[in-house]
Amino acid sequence: AAGMFLRLLSDVRWQVANPKWRRMTCSQRSTSSTAEPHPVSLPAQAQVVICGGGIMGTSVAYHLSKMGWKDIVLLEQGRLAAGTTRFCAGIVSTARHVSIERKMANYSNKLYQQLERETGVKTGYVKTGSISLAQTQDRLISLKRIASSLNVMGIPCEIITPKQVAQLHPLINIHDLVGAMYVPEDALVSSANVSLALATAASRNGVRIHERTSVSHVSVQKGRVTGVETDRGQIQCQYFVNCAGQWAYELGHSGEEPVNIPLHACEHFYLLTHPLKEPLASDLPTIVDPDGRIYIRNWQGGILSGGFEKNPKPLFTEGRNQLEIQNLQEDWDHFEPLLSALLRRMPDLEALQIMQLVNCPESFTPDMRCIMGESPTVRGYFVLAGMNSAGISYGGGAGKYLAEWMVDGYPSENVWPLDLKRFGTLQSSRTFLRHRVMEVMPLMCDLKVPRWDFQTGRQLRTSPLYDRLDAQGARWMEKHGFERVKYFVPPGKDLLDLDQSKTFYKPDWFDIVGSEVKCCKEAVCVIDMSSFTKFEISSAGDQALESLQYLFSNDLDVPVGHVVHTGMLNEKGGYENDCSIARLSKRSFFMISPTDQQVHCWAWLKNRLPDDSSLTMEDVTWKYTALNLIGPRAVDVLSELSYAPITPEHFPSLFCKEMSVGYANGIRVMSITHTGEPGFMLYIPIEYALHVYNEVMNMGQKYGIRNAGYYALRSLRIEKFFAFWGQDLDAFTTPMECGREFQVKLEKGMQFVGQEALLEQKQNGVYKRFTMFILEDHDTDMDLWPWWGEPIFRNGRYVGKTTSSAYSYTLERHVCLGFVQHFDEKTGEELVVTADFINQGEYEIDIAGQRFQAKAKLYPFSSLFTHRRRKDEVELSGYQRE
Amino acid sequence: FYLTPPQVNSILKANEYSFKVPEFDGKNVSSVLGFDSNQLPANAPIEDRRSAATCLQTRGMLLGVFDGHAGFACAQAVSERLFYYIAVSLLPHETLLEIENAVESGRALLPILQWHKHPNDYFSKEASKLYFNSLRTYWQELIDLNSGETTDVKEALINAFKRLDNDISLEAQVGDPNSFLNYLVLRVAFSGATACVAHVDGVDLHVANTGDSRAMLGVQEEDGSWSAVNLSYDHNAQNEHEVERVKREHPKSEEKSLVKQDRLLGLLMPFRAFGDVKFKWSIELQKRVVESGPDQLNDNEYTKFIPPNYHTPPYLTAEPEVIHHKLRPQDKFLVLATDGLWETMHRQDVARIVGEYLTGVHHQQPIAVGGYKVTLGQMHGLLTERRARISSVFEDQNAATHLIRHAVGNNEFGTVDHERLSKMLSLPEELARMYRDDITIIVVQFNSHVIGACQNED
Repeated sequence: AAGMFLRLLSDVRWQVANPKWRRMTCSQRSTSSTAEPHPVSLPAQAQVVICGGGIMGTSVAYHLSKMGWKDIVLLEQGRLAAGTTRFCAGIVSTARHVSIERKMANYSNKLYQQLERETGVKTGYVKTGSISLAQTQDRLISLKRIASSLNVMGIPCEIITPKQVAQLHPLINIHDLVGAMYVPEDALVSSANVSLALATAASRNGVRIHERTSVSHVSVQKGRVTGVETDRGQIQCQYFVNCAGQWAYELGHSGEEPVNIPLHACEHFYLLTHPLKEPLASDLPTIVDPDGRIYIRNWQGGILSGGFEKNPKPLFTEGRNQLEIQNLQEDWDHFEPLLSALLRRMPDLEALQIMQLVNCPESFTPDMRCIMGESPTVRGYFVLAGMNSAGISYGGGAGKYLAEWMVDGYPSENVWPLDLKRFGTLQSSRTFLRHRVMEVMPLMCDLKVPRWDFQTGRQLRTSPLYDRLDAQGARWMEKHGFERVKYFVPPGKDLLDLDQSKTFYKPDWFDIVGSEVKCCKEAVCVIDMSSFTKFEISSAGDQALESLQYLFSNDLDVPVGHVVHTGMLNEKGGYENDCSIARLSKRSFFMISPTDQQVHCWAWLKNRLPDDSSLTMEDVTWKYTALNLIGPRAVDVLSELSYAPITPEHFPSLFCKEMSVGYANGIRVMSITHTGEPGFMLYIPIEYALHVYNEVMNMGQKYGIRNAGYYALRSLRIEKFFAFWGQDLDAFTTPMECGREFQVKLEKGMQFVGQEALLEQKQNGVYKRFTMFILEDHDTDMDLWPWWGEPIFRNGRYVGKTTSSAYSYTLERHVCLGFVQHFDEKTGEELVVTADFINQGEYEIDIAGQRFQAKAKLYPFSSLFTHRRRKDEVELSGYQRE
Repeated sequence: FYLTPPQVNSILKANEYSFKVPEFDGKNVSSVLGFDSNQLPANAPIEDRRSAATCLQTRGMLLGVFDGHAGFACAQAVSERLFYYIAVSLLPHETLLEIENAVESGRALLPILQWHKHPNDYFSKEASKLYFNSLRTYWQELIDLNSGETTDVKEALINAFKRLDNDISLEAQVGDPNSFLNYLVLRVAFSGATACVAHVDGVDLHVANTGDSRAMLGVQEEDGSWSAVNLSYDHNAQNEHEVERVKREHPKSEEKSLVKQDRLLGLLMPFRAFGDVKFKWSIELQKRVVESGPDQLNDNEYTKFIPPNYHTPPYLTAEPEVIHHKLRPQDKFLVLATDGLWETMHRQDVARIVGEYLTGVHHQQPIAVGGYKVTLGQMHGLLTERRARISSVFEDQNAATHLIRHAVGNNEFGTVDHERLSKMLSLPEELARMYRDDITIIVVQFNSHVIGACQNED
């Protein structure tokens, strides 16, 4: 059957010298294969070795060779494009939820379109367009959000009526539809042939391709890739690229130094039929019916239809030796719901004859986004895998970004949402992956509402207070495996009701969070923020200070006991991390970073700190529970508990002191909050956590203390225009662009990373500007809520996108944060963004196609900072993280 | 008017009963995992009975279904008494002596059976003394007889059946000074009952059958599919051997009148049964007993009516046919059921439905299109039907209930049709018997591991 498929799905085959290879099964990994003669022996060394000859591997090879890297070897264990790539349905669609995914798909589409001309290999590219159907109003909102984003990218896209759907496709039953999204430039390709075309072009550019060669493991010395071991010998190399698809996890674990690539395969079924009596046109649009969980494309006069069922079947959990891909069984009973959906959508297909039900495993990742980038533990080890069944859509763009990453040091776009370093070892348990992908695969078709949380693989990392908080009504979300409180359901509220807060409109927790915010503003709240990443860096001499001064933009040579907010910038001045660093002693520093920085920041520092045995860095995240006391009465609670003077004279803002709280000693208290409200962060050794929490709650009673969660925090920080790394800030954002010049000490007497870029920006101005928008004519109760990623229009022209938003209970308005750019009206060229440019525009925010007037502000409302502390100590910094 | 699914379920589940054999620590592990049983009445009141008990003085478990006719009295009596007769027949001489001595000296009696009863399965209190005395007479005779040989199960079963039927007959002839009891014993004797009883001890399975209830073994083939093996022969007109036997036992002159319209003497469906003294006693005896009996009996047209062509009684016997089967690991379950089930379902379907129920749905044969020409519509129909079959499995916690659901509700595709089920269950009492018979089912599940281990020991 495998042989048949290559013939069915591809018209052209990869030309290989030795025809004997054809007869071999493709995913053999046997060691006895030496019996088969290979025409070309492997080179002894190469700059880059790519493992995997599917769409990802060939795309990386193609782009690397285009960018001028020539010394590349691509190894494929079977034949080129023989794995998931060959069985792939071949739909290239830009209708994606995540911005970077849309960009990748858009690039892929353009690349594939001209690939046949470039290489002479027939790719089967047909511009059919795609129609995504909505059976419900919520689905239509979701589609409208995508449509808004596609339009500002210059991708034609329109929301159409069911009648228009019927005009575009003759077979569709439209009776249960409320609307649809039409993307006319989406396309169909033969994915195997696209892959072969990329291989052909790469090969012409000098890439050496070896089929039937399996990589057994990657050799590592001193944290760097030095070569690969294959069943046909060794190749020395500087770079290794793992494009092994669903085997990427296993390959990552095969070496002595494991590289965690969290992905897991699931069976995926699609149906092929014989042609209709009147064969379907090859340019008939592809139908995606997410409510029916299916897609339908024309295929050789008949149809190809598959889907993402609610009860996926994960496989290869114990590794690859269980089953060969080719031998996977068709499972009609499993396919039944999808077949029902298909016949409901196209009832006339009843009489159509079945050709085959194809079982084609796909790999899925824990967060539904693909995996790209360099290993945090092994330098030179790159990964591109885990495409969540959109491999052909992403293939071109993903290969391009990875090639840029290898050649230039970083891609031309912010790919943090796809970065391998967003995961750590904690997402690598096979059980976790198996359970999580069973949730992820159905999500492919589920409605993407704001603030949804994964249900599986939870309660992995928890604060010692977890049970206490849970008993008090905490509702949880998860970040980097850590359980964090969203809000507390007050006793007496209907709990069931509250769990159904999946809506694009005003959510049911609105009043609950409102009262938490009120308490933060008027009394005192406690928020468990233990998930923060915490490092300690110290040295025998001055190495720690010197290294940190070089790696961070702010001046860290402050008196002991001071806390400094600073960016960790890259050469272009962009934020790799945004953190606060307390100087504990002359030679030791305590560094707090966002939760999901644990792997990335560690790798960044490890790779840049001098190799000096007297300089130590320790991850102490697990050692401290972090409690945020927030609100005007925080100072009262703390002073009563510590019998220490907490007045501004003794404990000024941005200060860190070890003190006792209750019976517990050695609590690191910092006079910072992450919201702009007055308050303190308490870093408590975990064994004291419960004690301190109890003391705080008991003592706080008379000041009206209550628990609060991250939703309250979020509302507070956004209304005060505090940016958050990973949401608002990324590697392409500099402090100059978000109003944080004051956190940069250009003249601190020594060079630091990103200094030159910042100096240049200071002279020439910035090309984007972080701006706060207050929605003007937005009805909180009736209108759709902003989320993030909404297009911003200035005087009717697109100028940028929002990055986060929240309802401000103080302003009683929605606040969106986002970046404004200035495109030349004629050329589209990016121009410098001045304060005048921002201030002189009329703004609108596009929420799912509906535009709302907004007022732009470059500085926060000072009236919001109502402190009991001295006015001059008020920290007006845009500093926050979640 | 339709019954809602919960109403249907409450009717179907009213009489369901399950028993799980407790697991002992290594010793005395049973080859029986447990059993599910259930009854669905068509007659009002129901004339079927069921029994299940564990033998306490010997090893093994007894399970039986009893289909009464001309009233429930005989089936009720047999369901109470037969297992005691079997248990006593199986007891070694010493135990019999011990029991007799205990009774003699008024000491506590060794318990013989542990019953597994649904609350609706009752024993008559009034007759217990009478029944006990008859049983005691039986074991006293067994003690006197003391053959010294070890008891053969087959022989014990046959003896017990015959002895109980004999006692029923005698009790009716002798009568009882208590008028209620006197009427009871007569009703027991004049009504009839078939019996299908299984005795399971390790890998030894004996089925003793009298009449047209049936025992069937469910066997799982190597490919996972299910097949049925009969462990009893129906004693009715469809069974040639039975017809021959009856003819053999009576003069040739009666050959034509013996079996008419597939009935014994043109009247009785089962060719073997307990009670039914009208087919066993001489005409004189019948007349004498009826005339001296209570008025209720005299007024009853049925009891007074003498079967036509009644020349050489007895025409009927309670002697069972016994089949011995050595259990194998592939023998997964045993179904004992009255003819109400077998009239509506083929044994092959019974094997499949119970097999799929007990193992979950995973063993449904996967569908492969292969080279066949199948349209999407055809495939969809097939898959929907398979899914319906699966979903009906999940409704029931009891294999017997599941089987009844299919027996009553199956449509032409072999899947449960709620509409049909609802109609059948909402029939008025007087009509129900026209569409279906009483159904009684016991499904015994075997422990393949224990059976496999026993086999290896042998």
